[in-house]
Amino acid sequence: MHKLINKYICKLEAQGLAKRDDALLIALDAGMFSNRPLTGELSVLKDVLSLMNISSILFARPAEPYWSMIREVLSHAGGADSVVPMDCETRTFFHDIPVIDEFSPQAIASALSRRKSAIIRDRGIVTYGTVTPEQAYVSFSSACFSVYVKYFHDALQYFGAHAANSEKVSKEYLAAFKDISKKADTASPPRKWRVLRSEPPCNEDDVLFMITEAGRAVVSQQLVDSYFGNISYVFDKNIYISQTGSSMDELEGCIDIVPLDGSSSAGITASSELTAHRNIFLHTGRTAILHGHPRFSVIMSMYCKKSGCDRSLCHKACTEKREILATPIVPGEIGTGASGLMNTVPPAMQEGKGVIVYGHGVFTAGDVTFRGPFDMLMEIEEKCRASYFRAVNDLLEHLS
Amino acid sequence: MTVIEYPKGPKCYNNCMSGYTGKSASIDLTTQKISIFETPDDLRTKYLGGRGIGVAMAGDRTAEEYNAPSMPLIFSAGPLVGTSAPTSGRMSVVSKSPLTGTIFDCSVGGRFATELKKAGFDLIEITGISDKWTAIEISDDGLSLTEAEGLAGMNISELSRVVGTEGSFAAIGRAGEKGVRFASIIIDGHYAAGRGGLGAVMGAKKLKIIKVRGSGKILVYDSEGLKNAREDIMRLLRASPAVFGEFGLSEFGTAALVDLIHARRMEPTDNFRRTFFPDSAKYSGYAMKTGYQTKKAGCAGCPVLCKKIGAEGAVMPEYETVSHFGALNGCGDLKAIVEANRICNDYGIDTITAASTIACYAEIRGIEAGPSEMLSLLSAIAEKKGETGATLAEGSYRYALSQGRPELSMSVKKLEMPAYDPRGAYGMALAYATSNRGGCHLRAYPVSHEILRKPVATDRFSFEGKARMIKIAEDLNAVVDSLTACKFLFFAAGLEEFSKVLNAVTGMDHNVQSLLAIGERIWNLEHTINAANGFDESHDDLPERFFAEEGSSGAAVRIPPINRKDFLKARENYYRIRGYKT
Repeated sequence: MHKLINKYICKLEAQGLAKRDDALLIALDAGMFSNRPLTGELSVLKDVLSLMNISSILFARPAEPYWSMIREVLSHAGGADSVVPMDCETRTFFHDIPVIDEFSPQAIASALSRRKSAIIRDRGIVTYGTVTPEQAYVSFSSACFSVYVKYFHDALQYFGAHAANSEKVSKEYLAAFKDISKKADTASPPRKWRVLRSEPPCNEDDVLFMITEAGRAVVSQQLVDSYFGNISYVFDKNIYISQTGSSMDELEGCIDIVPLDGSSSAGITASSELTAHRNIFLHTGRTAILHGHPRFSVIMSMYCKKSGCDRSLCHKACTEKREILATPIVPGEIGTGASGLMNTVPPAMQEGKGVIVYGHGVFTAGDVTFRGPFDMLMEIEEKCRASYFRAVNDLLEHLS
Repeated sequence: MTVIEYPKGPKCYNNCMSGYTGKSASIDLTTQKISIFETPDDLRTKYLGGRGIGVAMAGDRTAEEYNAPSMPLIFSAGPLVGTSAPTSGRMSVVSKSPLTGTIFDCSVGGRFATELKKAGFDLIEITGISDKWTAIEISDDGLSLTEAEGLAGMNISELSRVVGTEGSFAAIGRAGEKGVRFASIIIDGHYAAGRGGLGAVMGAKKLKIIKVRGSGKILVYDSEGLKNAREDIMRLLRASPAVFGEFGLSEFGTAALVDLIHARRMEPTDNFRRTFFPDSAKYSGYAMKTGYQTKKAGCAGCPVLCKKIGAEGAVMPEYETVSHFGALNGCGDLKAIVEANRICNDYGIDTITAASTIACYAEIRGIEAGPSEMLSLLSAIAEKKGETGATLAEGSYRYALSQGRPELSMSVKKLEMPAYDPRGAYGMALAYATSNRGGCHLRAYPVSHEILRKPVATDRFSFEGKARMIKIAEDLNAVVDSLTACKFLFFAAGLEEFSKVLNAVTGMDHNVQSLLAIGERIWNLEHTINAANGFDESHDDLPERFFAEEGSSGAAVRIPPINRKDFLKARENYYRIRGYKT
């Protein structure tokens, strides 16, 4: 258990989600294990475990910029008792994130009895697992991701609404925005176009190497929510694809080999986007496919000036032909179904080598190696980031 | 004929609440007396429905033998049945198992539960023994007992033709009539309350069939809330590879697991002597789909439709069935496996126990039962024909014991283990042992995380943390069986979503933890009942083979024997977590 606890504490730190000293992870089997002594105030978390039928609990004050974002989001939420994620991925699995004021075992247990994570005002985020501590880590990471997307999305909406009405932006709001933007920039990993293998694969080992190498690159550049995304390569009548719930930076042993003719269902553990990957290959012939959740791509995909739409349906029913700097934006739900992205992404991919899925993430595809798709993923995110701040600047200029 | 007509007026009895009809029936076949009673409030509150209420009602009456007149046989629907909640068409059948001697419940689909609720009943309890074969008929207007001597001797296919397609029915075939210890109860012709021999309990009561047809509506407390909660679940289902994925249950049925379990080298082969069968692709989900041009079918209220029916009407076997008539018996002949499944369904016997008992017989006799012998043995078992048929009809443990080789019965608490070799998934090993109905994969279903990677992947070759995982999962599945929902949905959704569904249907105020507390209560009650019937720690164990023999290692995967010390340590941890030991 200590090994598992240490693994996820290290991941929290490596991903910039929380500092080691600000995080407490407790895991239970027959005994109790934690990364810190459960003394003083932290004993509250120990008491939560006695109130719940769970196997782990994680409490941490998120690192910057997440912490400031949470405070800002809450300060403008008018006392709301939950935060509703804006991105489709987090919303599918989270629904909403309760906000509680009291740092007591009862209040925390009550919130976590209804949802996978909760924000404790002025304290941090608390999450849990019933199987392994990994669940607690994933929920924590996803909560941070959803708040990040929500904060920047809400800010753009705020500036847009004020510009449309020629209303002055509050000085405090603007100061906080500038501060958080700076913190976000500082916390971002250095933009490194990692040099991935450029030769085509000769055998299965090469394919597995290419996939694991690209997976690590995607995580190191924080192009995914938590460490989720998916990746595939078509080679010798098979599609090699990351397994569902696999960590993109630990793909060794987590790649399914699925015959393209569908003659084996061993791929039942493959990524939920297997069909999308295969359809992209069938539509375009491109063999190397990457899918990540880069944040500004997600945020900008939801930024739409058209009025009169039911925003709750945009992610699956938008009929507008939209794009950001020549990259198409399409609707599409996770997985299968008539409005699933398996149906919407592949045709859009014929127009270029990258597609943004509304409120969800980006697919890129290339030939021969992952070098092209990875560069494209980075490029799309860079363009979206620049486009975001350009849009904000334009709005602020309009107001000044 | 005994008939009771209901009081006219609203379907709901006193204290009716949304989600429940508030009304239940008790039928004594000895006296032919039918009583209508209010579904007890405290049982609804403490045990929800389905398995929970069934176990609570049966509890203190299971000290007798399974064929004692006082032994209850309970058909219990859950609060979600008859509503638009996903997979809301299930129920639990509860009694004492003739095979294991434990309290036993089977979760089963089809339309029976829905019709029962629509006819106005949350559950029916049957006691007593009729002196003639009897049928129970339930409808909107009345409940009646009729003589069914004319139906005696019929198997399920023939009964189906006689009964027709209106409403729903639960029946036994000839195996149940003859008291095969693993006889099943078949719903609507092919949904089996399969395990544990509850068909023999029904047969002992001389009850051949229960027919039910209802047209009422189930009250829902908050329709809009139910709609939203349902959509949350559907979104998660669509995102789940195991459910709606290209190779998921909706496409291939549970046989989707054949290729995966094969690839993980944990398919029980030749009575668990090996864990890898080279010919499994011949009966995979893909082979069935292409070979039989299958179409989707399923239980009432189910969006997944995991049941597969061939173009010419052949019912495709489930994963456990196909693997056990396949690998476990060294048979790669899909037609023979489909036929074996048909025979089991027609006579009404449990496919897992039947296949495992034949594999045990083959090992003890030192033979390979080919397809034709396998099929003829099945008929002999179902008819209890000859000495071999009669001995094998007792199940593998009693058969192996009679041959002086009890260690070759691959069972826990005399219930044969399904098609996941415990050497390939240590959580499964622990869950088989601690299961309170014996060698069952569904009590905790750790395959979900050890193999299917949901909700997160765990190390299948480690016991670390598994004791608590199994405990929580046992509690969870007790809730699922009491709701009465389908476990497959929990590959994608969880109690977080289902508590919203339950609250919307009933107006209750449950959350994940309050439901898990109910699950724990149900589990502990079952444990207490079993303990009172003589079960103890010595029964929470696996056959020696798994600690002594290596599985079929290969392709960079090693399947070593389970380290007994580690297993015992995990079991000890489990007892401590459960509070059974300090």
